[in-house]
Amino acid sequence: MYEKDGEKYFVVDSHMHYWNAAPDNWVEGAEEYANGWINCFHAYQGLGPPETHWSIEHFQKYSEDDLMKDVFQDGYVDVAIFQPTYLTEWYKEGFNTTERNAALGEKHPGKFIANTRWDPRDGDEGLKTLQRNVERYGSKGVKLYTAEWNNGSRGWKLTDPGAYRYLEACQDLGIKNIHVHKGPTIWPLDKDAFDVSDVDHAATDFQGLNFIVEHVGLPRIEDFCFMATQEPNVYAGLSVVIGGLMYARPKFFAKVMGELLFWVGEDKMTFGSDYGIWEPKWQVEGFVDWDYPGEEFSDYPRLGTAGKKKILGLNAARLYDIEVPAEFRLDAGEGTPAAQDDAQLVSGA
Amino acid sequence: MTAELTAPARGGDPGGPGEHSGPGEHSGRSVPPGASGSPGGAPGPVRPGAPQVLAALEAVRDPELDEPITSLGFVSSCTVSGDGDTQVRLRLPTYFCAPNFAFLMVADAYDVVSAMDGVRAVEVVLEDHFASDAINGGVAARAGFARSFDGEAVGELQELRADFLRKAVMAGTDQVCRPLVAAGVEPPALAEFTLGQAPPSRALERLRQRRSELGLPAGDDAPLLIDPATGASLHSDAVPLHLRRAQTTRVSIEANSGICRGMLRHRYSTAGLGEEDQ
Repeated sequence: MYEKDGEKYFVVDSHMHYWNAAPDNWVEGAEEYANGWINCFHAYQGLGPPETHWSIEHFQKYSEDDLMKDVFQDGYVDVAIFQPTYLTEWYKEGFNTTERNAALGEKHPGKFIANTRWDPRDGDEGLKTLQRNVERYGSKGVKLYTAEWNNGSRGWKLTDPGAYRYLEACQDLGIKNIHVHKGPTIWPLDKDAFDVSDVDHAATDFQGLNFIVEHVGLPRIEDFCFMATQEPNVYAGLSVVIGGLMYARPKFFAKVMGELLFWVGEDKMTFGSDYGIWEPKWQVEGFVDWDYPGEEFSDYPRLGTAGKKKILGLNAARLYDIEVPAEFRLDAGEGTPAAQDDAQLVSGA
Repeated sequence: MTAELTAPARGGDPGGPGEHSGPGEHSGRSVPPGASGSPGGAPGPVRPGAPQVLAALEAVRDPELDEPITSLGFVSSCTVSGDGDTQVRLRLPTYFCAPNFAFLMVADAYDVVSAMDGVRAVEVVLEDHFASDAINGGVAARAGFARSFDGEAVGELQELRADFLRKAVMAGTDQVCRPLVAAGVEPPALAEFTLGQAPPSRALERLRQRRSELGLPAGDDAPLLIDPATGASLHSDAVPLHLRRAQTTRVSIEANSGICRGMLRHRYSTAGLGEEDQ
């Protein structure tokens, strides 16, 4: 939890990792990719405040103690949600798998939620694995990378028939939350990795699922915004948005926040630190203090304390049925419904 | 004689993000004297120098960011030999930047430099990228994207380029219309405006150029507001939402550009040739 000026914030970090990208985990023959990948992530960390930068060695492989300190002890997080990234072509034991994450989570009951993943190209075998992971780890969410390479295929879409089988399986297994990576480029070739139109269709067809678009579709937030405003079960995952822009590009951060508040609204935005790319501490502190830097942003919706409480934790707690102690909840009527004028603007189109 | 331009060291902290860098950081990047022109007194064709090549490269844009590769800092060096052999080296913010966009930039750079009078052989090299070999080889062989990534890419990139050009048109619409609305024009009234009625500006020129590239009307009599997908003019009722979308598109492009600049600065301690802070 975080407390500032008498206000208490329940913090759910809905997008974070526990990876091993050190040379001991590099696949022979794929060292260049394994190294290139983690260097690329490390460059993202460069967009945070200098005092929070890590050496590349530390960044490649941080310990369990580092994570517990950075996220919970120093970072104010109450519940953290692991989002796995496999990349087993480059990393022998994967970059951060469901198993690796869950093994850490099991040591700290109540602190973590271990999401899993699937890939429609894994067919029937993958469906069995999904079921096993849900039974074993209690996963209520999945992280999907539609641009990931797999056996000669260079990507897929949520609207592929194979993907619909998995979405149906998710509903049957009690998975509620589909986190989709639509964001900064990870080598898309044939498929356009940023295109969010497949989320649009899937969200319409699977009303019982929530679709959290991580990184809000950057560099195409406009496509994401126009879609999310019309789909009640589509959410904006703020990982990379806060970490990558709030410190490094405060004016753009303000504009992106303004656009998201206008189109998507504070009820459908979720905080994710993207740890270990960025530590949550400075992000939580900075976000609670944040306001538009000047008059030129006066057209955008304001974000008050109630809205910040929702974004930092209450929205994700609702998605994941996390029990929030009474002292952190909003009073009845606190926090206005998001973006009514905007809905009129769109429906009038 | 060989004229060469290479990237100068940055003034500030290489890891420091752009908006936090001090003023004047990018000064001192002017073209050194003697870097242009053909060898003194020698007969033969007039050769362009590195500054002319660099100027030509300003026409090459990152299709996603709609900005010249020069001002983005993507040109790391530019060399022209006395015989007109030209080498341009490019770099990108990350090792994994999308190979489709990277291919377009390398191919476009190759095309604009090849089209210059007096240039003999042209080599464009993309550095430090996971697909450097495929892209450099493919562009040099004029193979096209699909053939350069054998078995990996099914389509050419023109539709992707057009998609982002349409975004550039929307972003440009915001740039041109915002001052008009600030000056008191009611948004629905903009449906009646022609391009010729908008006050001249760099943004307006750019908007016209992007529309031309898409084959959309760009003359003085053409409507100021059009649907970039169809070229159709807008009804006044549709203008407020259209402008709102234009604004979001511009924010998106600018924010993405901000991230790319920050990553590039973290990756390289030297500024690119012609790099400008936003």
